[in-house]
Amino acid sequence: MDQFVINLIFVGASFALYIGIAIWARAGSTSDFYAASRGVNPIVNGAATAADWMSAASFISMAGLIAFVGYGNSTFLMGWTGGYVLLAMLLAPYLRKFGRYTVPDFIGDRFYSQTARLVAVISLLVMSITYVIGQMTGAGVAFSRFLEVTNQTGLFIASGVVFIYAVLGGMKGITYTQLAQYVVLIIAYTIPAVFISLQLTGNPLPQLGLFSTHTASGQPLLTTLNEVLVELGFNDYTGNHGSTFNMVLFTLSLMIGTAGLPHVIIRFFTVPKVADARKSAGWALVFIALLYTVAPAVGAMARLNIITTLYPNGVAGEPLAFDEKPDWMLNWERTGLLRFEDKNGDGLIQYYNEANPPARAIEEGWEGNEMVTFNQDILVLANPEIAQLPGWVIGLIAAGGLAAALSTAAGLLLAISSAISHDLIKSMINPGISEKGELLAARISMAFAIALATYLGLNPPGFAAQVVALAFGLAASSLFPAIMMGIFSKKMNSAGAVAGMIVGLGSTVLYIFTYLGWFFIPGTNMLPNTPDNWLLGISPLSFGAVGAMLNFAAAYVVNKMTGDAPAEIQELVESIRVPKGAGAAVDH
Amino acid sequence: MRGRHRRKLGDVTMSDKSTDAYWKANVRIITISMVIWALVSFGFGIVLRPLLSGIPIGGTDLGFWFAQQGSILTFIVLIFYYTWYMNRLDKEFGVEE
Repeated sequence: MDQFVINLIFVGASFALYIGIAIWARAGSTSDFYAASRGVNPIVNGAATAADWMSAASFISMAGLIAFVGYGNSTFLMGWTGGYVLLAMLLAPYLRKFGRYTVPDFIGDRFYSQTARLVAVISLLVMSITYVIGQMTGAGVAFSRFLEVTNQTGLFIASGVVFIYAVLGGMKGITYTQLAQYVVLIIAYTIPAVFISLQLTGNPLPQLGLFSTHTASGQPLLTTLNEVLVELGFNDYTGNHGSTFNMVLFTLSLMIGTAGLPHVIIRFFTVPKVADARKSAGWALVFIALLYTVAPAVGAMARLNIITTLYPNGVAGEPLAFDEKPDWMLNWERTGLLRFEDKNGDGLIQYYNEANPPARAIEEGWEGNEMVTFNQDILVLANPEIAQLPGWVIGLIAAGGLAAALSTAAGLLLAISSAISHDLIKSMINPGISEKGELLAARISMAFAIALATYLGLNPPGFAAQVVALAFGLAASSLFPAIMMGIFSKKMNSAGAVAGMIVGLGSTVLYIFTYLGWFFIPGTNMLPNTPDNWLLGISPLSFGAVGAMLNFAAAYVVNKMTGDAPAEIQELVESIRVPKGAGAAVDH
Repeated sequence: MRGRHRRKLGDVTMSDKSTDAYWKANVRIITISMVIWALVSFGFGIVLRPLLSGIPIGGTDLGFWFAQQGSILTFIVLIFYYTWYMNRLDKEFGVEE
């Protein structure tokens, strides 16, 4: 069967499933729409959270990020998982006890301040909207590559499907489609990884294969990888070649940022009990770890696979000839994501580190690296072809990549629309709105959010690539500290919390814009983005953790100067610290 | 020791002292968990990696394993241990749902 038809069957079947779920899980009330009536099984919620969290970036790009840096990019693995420990212990159970629908809802009520609520709404909207752009463009790209339609058409199909289940079902529909999407994406990710691990090491578990003996060379896989990389002039894979200080700070920023992302936090509002919120965070991390412990193995093995393909006779022998390229290279060259150029005209592909060409390269009349483009995303997408797996595995990868992008987009869209209909309309503009009116407002906000995301996906602002840093920086420096202080400090007052959020948010945005340009417009940065210009050597990407510290410090100082929170607020904090009585707080 | 604060089932109101004791026990287990959380990731995975370089594992060292596998597995164990511990604590203090 033609590959296109196979892809169409896999993607079509998965979409039919999502729409079927949407019809079954329609929302009948605001409680359904915002929190799936708090009736979601904690393990199901764990899987839905995993799909909500793992975006197109996790599914497609992460293995490539690790493969081309090695040990140094372990920061993503630790940072994007360590945040769940913070969620489970510092935030989720107490927010579930509080029993509301959104993050600004908690901040506004706990700090008895519409200003605090508004600051929370603004930072939520900025981080969620920037984050959703990447998901929409990711879905468009995945569509165009596997289904041979234009990027635009792909984006419209993706928006249409999300529209059906998000507007109809709200959180309820999103939860059960995310569960289905998790199953699709984890199968799609794991199957090629198992086969590649078997081929290279004979061990079916990629997590163990990474540390096993490489069958072809008879020594550990990582030893072989280090040797061939050094031979070609690259840094070794397992060594630390960056700043340890920034590695710590970047990991911490990702951890705090993960815990402060509203679209992740609201998933924990859907479980029946406080104890379920804790348990659910554990299951979420189990489901995430199934992909995150496999990704570094996929990265290392794919990098070794590519080098052995280019050097079939070993890195000391003659490289691959241009007219002997395998089919998968020809396929991906057509997409422009992979490109070769015979610079010295000898008909062989010389692949070395251009910045540090080894001695033999110069002896061979080398005139530059001849694998001129290798897009990191190819690693996961082309994995089944590199490992010569059957066509249905490729169809599965197509469906998996789309599942990852759509599930995260839907979660973000719900965070955006509930901030508009619940926090702006219900809590600030029209408190007298009826239950029916709010549900309608929620659906309209959702439709509006999808239209906005589609528009931004079609016309991505130039800064699309930088926004992840901004989203994590904002989550780490504004929402996380405010929520944490709201629970762990009974005395924290509204002036302190507002000052903290503004200082955290302001300093982080200022620091990022100083080096990456105002609103990411190229050329408007005030200092060059190089390590010797960074304040104390802190990378702009790592600043979120510093912003969080500044938030805590400012809040503490202002709180000391303005007196403690009123007695009824301190009682409220005492009540959210114990699980008992969570059921009663549901309706409002 | 915590047994002293045990309440009968259905006892809705807790004294301030008991609430404080419950919260202190919670903060204590969170602190211990956070120390382990930081130790396996920032510690073994990054800063203390040179100290662990003598322990080889599959072509590299223990620090690399912690950075790419071990820290994640430890995080999972930490959350489930915390969940189990807190469920017990909730019952002891009679604050479970």
